[in-house]
Amino acid sequence: MLIGPSGGGKTTLLRLLAGLETPDSGIIELDGEQIHFDEEGLLRYRRTVGVVFQAFNLFPHLTALENITLPLEKVQGHKRADAVEAAMALLRRFQLDAHALKKPAALSGGQRQRVAIARAVAIKPRILLFDEPTSALDPEMTAEVLDMIKQLLEEGRDLILVTHEMGFARVVADRVAFLGNGRIIEWGDANTLFGAPVTEQCRRFLSTVLKY
Amino acid sequence: MFSLRAFLFEEKNERDKRSAAPARFVSAFVACLLVALVFYFSFRQVTYQWNWSAVYQYRRSLFAGWLMTIAISLAALGLSTLIGIVFALVRRSRFLPLRYFGQLYVELVRGTPLLVQILIFFYVVADAFHVQNRYLVGVLILSFFSGAYISEVVRAGIESVGQSQLESAKAIGLTRTQTYRYVIFPQAIRLTMPPLVGQFVSLIKDSSLLSIIALNEFTQAARDVNSVTYSTLECYIPLALGYLALTLPISLWTRALEQKLRFET
Repeated sequence: MLIGPSGGGKTTLLRLLAGLETPDSGIIELDGEQIHFDEEGLLRYRRTVGVVFQAFNLFPHLTALENITLPLEKVQGHKRADAVEAAMALLRRFQLDAHALKKPAALSGGQRQRVAIARAVAIKPRILLFDEPTSALDPEMTAEVLDMIKQLLEEGRDLILVTHEMGFARVVADRVAFLGNGRIIEWGDANTLFGAPVTEQCRRFLSTVLKY
Repeated sequence: MFSLRAFLFEEKNERDKRSAAPARFVSAFVACLLVALVFYFSFRQVTYQWNWSAVYQYRRSLFAGWLMTIAISLAALGLSTLIGIVFALVRRSRFLPLRYFGQLYVELVRGTPLLVQILIFFYVVADAFHVQNRYLVGVLILSFFSGAYISEVVRAGIESVGQSQLESAKAIGLTRTQTYRYVIFPQAIRLTMPPLVGQFVSLIKDSSLLSIIALNEFTQAARDVNSVTYSTLECYIPLALGYLALTLPISLWTRALEQKLRFET
């Protein structure tokens, strides 16, 4: 999990990991494999990671089902029937199958975000990246999306999550990084970082956000 | 008491607005009456010898001209849509000479009168390239003229697709071509349809200027008949009605498309 104040670099780090931004300097490795930041390398890389944005970013002209099958068919090269079957299986598992044929405009914010997550999961990515997936949702919908993320974690999927949901981060995260001013200020396992933060900045941040 | 007001003013709340068919009917009638009165008054003032029978003899050639106008407009519509899409893409190209070429084309065409374009292209350019068929030249000129406007419409449609959509397409690993095909065009088309259909109205009227290169379309037919019968108004009134018969339905269709778009979004 990545936490920290706004403008601290959390989203930028996530976008770098998603291959949507190129670094000014330095290299990024994922499982010991370096990301190549040329056009071709990025395209290939992006196809192996799943990204979920803050503002859902489903395609409004496609149904929930088509939103999931589009990358499966056109990017991953699955046959149409296989793609539909895989997508329906996912939708069923996350209790979204009743909405398969609805367009995003007909879905609630929580449902939209869950479809977006299903789209990212469908390609069997080696890692899932979430950029504040609940920041645009009301509390009830936030819970439904966090439930889904928790479920994915329990299945043993690797994911990196940028979040302001401190309670959630504390309960489910293995490791937490605190970012500020464009650098990782503190990082360690969740209990240590939340329980006994070492740096002054992290302590102050946590006491501010956990005040209410 | 039954008030006149109810027939002439739009209701303020949405529910009553929809159920106010009589009011709309009465008001439309009043508007038509007003226009009719203006024309009636004007035409009564002129002392003019109406000679409809002379023009009626030439109804066949007028009708043939009308059909030619439809044919030219349809051909130019197809071609100009194609040109419009190509130039919309050209103007988004990252190869700068191509982009500036596209920009130059659009600015030149939109900034000069169609009349001048027709004359230059017919008497100079087409001649230099040995294109003899004036109908072909006519359709080409009209297509490139209208294509410049359509390219603007298409470009606006493409640019209306939000940055977040492009981001999303990128994140799932679509190539540039795939992004256009599966994400941008399907969304842009819906927004582009009403202005594109509206452009067709302009195209039909603009085709009348092709009469200056003696292309036998509707306006040229009316001019020919006029030069034989000397019955100017009897030629040009049917001309106006003939164009209206084409443009009015299309105009209404544009409105319907706009309405539909508003409900869908």
